[in-house]
Amino acid sequence: MALTDAAPIVTARVGKPESWTLASYLADGGYESLRKALGMEPAAVTQEVLTSNLLGRGGAGFETGKKWSMLRKADPVYLVVNGDESEPATFKDHMLLEADPHQLIEGAAICAYAVGARKAFLYVRGEFALGIERLTAAVNEAYGHGALGREIFGSRFSLDAVVHPGAGAYICGEETALLESLEGKRGFPRIKPPNFPAAIGLYGAPTVVNNVETLSNLPWIISHGGEAFAALGIGRSTGTRIFSLSGHVRRPGNYEIEMAKTTFRDLIENPRLGGGVRDGRAVKAFIPGGASAPWFGPDHLDLALDQDAVGNAGSMLGSGSVVVMDDTTCMVRAAWRITRFFHRESCGQCTPCREGGGWLEKVLRRIEAGAGREEDLDLLLDVCDNLAPGLSWPPRQTTICVLGPSIPSSITSAVRMFRDEFLRHIREGRCPFHGGGVK
Amino acid sequence: MARLGGDYLTRALETIALYPRPRSALIPLLHLAQEQDGWLTADAMAHVAELLELDAAEVYGTASFYDMLFTEPVGRHLVSVCTNIACLLNGGLELLEHAEERLGIRAGGTTADGAFTLEEVECIALCGEAPCLAVNWRFFGSVSGESFDRLVEDLSDGRLSEEVPSHGTLCRVRRTVGLAAEGAAVGAAEGAAKGAAEGAAERAAERDAGAGSGTEVGR
Repeated sequence: MALTDAAPIVTARVGKPESWTLASYLADGGYESLRKALGMEPAAVTQEVLTSNLLGRGGAGFETGKKWSMLRKADPVYLVVNGDESEPATFKDHMLLEADPHQLIEGAAICAYAVGARKAFLYVRGEFALGIERLTAAVNEAYGHGALGREIFGSRFSLDAVVHPGAGAYICGEETALLESLEGKRGFPRIKPPNFPAAIGLYGAPTVVNNVETLSNLPWIISHGGEAFAALGIGRSTGTRIFSLSGHVRRPGNYEIEMAKTTFRDLIENPRLGGGVRDGRAVKAFIPGGASAPWFGPDHLDLALDQDAVGNAGSMLGSGSVVVMDDTTCMVRAAWRITRFFHRESCGQCTPCREGGGWLEKVLRRIEAGAGREEDLDLLLDVCDNLAPGLSWPPRQTTICVLGPSIPSSITSAVRMFRDEFLRHIREGRCPFHGGGVK
Repeated sequence: MARLGGDYLTRALETIALYPRPRSALIPLLHLAQEQDGWLTADAMAHVAELLELDAAEVYGTASFYDMLFTEPVGRHLVSVCTNIACLLNGGLELLEHAEERLGIRAGGTTADGAFTLEEVECIALCGEAPCLAVNWRFFGSVSGESFDRLVEDLSDGRLSEEVPSHGTLCRVRRTVGLAAEGAAVGAAEGAAKGAAEGAAERAAERDAGAGSGTEVGR
């Protein structure tokens, strides 16, 4: 396997001067796909997306066309764009919002037309101030151009789009929490069933919730056809995908590459991609799909960037973020920091997550500080088992949403892969990497 | 301590008109209140409650859930240093320690002159340029101790006032269109919302008079 020469789809315009303006977008043929879609039957648009087998790029990886097809028949229906990107080490939607907001608007309009939504809410993570400004400006421009508003491009389809800022809460990336937030409430996930957004979503109406990168693929799929998209990649993992690469690599960044044709090793080592581990060091472990994903060791480097292959190997491609940790990394500290994140971001509704996350964080911190006990390793796994019984993958659910059952991923990975390192912390009474421990 | 005034009130009414149900405008309105005052005063939250026909407790209950919304005063420059995994691996904790030393405050604190508040935050999605931070949610990547010190000087001397607006200012681009698909211009939508808001204010006043007491928020 190696890097293929497939041209980028969603990042094709990133880096061009003023790529976020309407003038730049139109110069590259922008909004022609929307015109084309409006000349098709809505069902034919959905069929193209089904043919493309575009998998959701937010984390769960569900088939986009299927998600649309499951929408309960009712009036109104809503489209909600999930731009609340907050999964640690994921930074692709942040880039797309700033660099190519019109591509997102065009994709959203195509989706809205296919599912019959007359109103779209573009929920953007509140911290993305520049992205919110550029998307707002782009919405203004799109109305002026006739790509949003009444009778778009002279068709009988009308659509309003509203940019909605979040206010800082990881949990709002979970689609039902996002809907609660959009209704002006605390971001508490809803119980599913019955609250699957396709059936009972925003204001109780059927709602499609799609990720920024997912929707940004639609203009290309409509202009080139679903077949052309499905021709890229292997099996169910079609098209291209942005991988957010970070940690101990020479060239961290967002890389859009063909799905399933490239391995983690290629992504990390190829000179046009990660360029290798910094300072010529070795990979100790890597996280293949966001902080919620179980870790892999160097023995998994030759695994393909394929949703099903990674799933079968016991983790997930998730949000497409790959974090590389070299042999200088303290795995106790890494697991502690990720666990502290989940503890802080727990919405507090469910006991296993609210309480379990806090105790796991405390136990990990004391090990890192040199005050751990040998029985802490069993304690960690026992609390993890209360959050995700059996510690299987994918985790079994004890809570309303998947945040809680995601907490064990990094802990069980670290304890199983680096048990000796935990024991060294405990027996030496100090962190062998950092000495002083953490605050 | 202020209610939403002048153009902030106009923008609030325009915003309410964009949603099928007024409460959806709650978070956008809290951002507006924070832009006006730098943080969420009790008066502003009470005003937002009036505009949306909510109880003050519902407004405070929502506001207190979200990390970006401050119900206590905050410095003119909110410095948010990320220490999550990608930054941790690239010196994020050390950067935070440096920031604490340089500003003379611990994370969560505000300098005596009210110029800087320092906070440790979760991943802010700039991991390709770790370690990173944001000031009033304008982003700075690949930050070293040295570049942090320069940043603090530039902010103190007002050299970055264009790039970094005051705390609370989220979006400097104003929506110029109403719900065109529904046939509503910005002004028309605003007029309708204003009528509704005035009605709501009257009803709230009646309710308060009946209860014999005002409602305090955020205490």
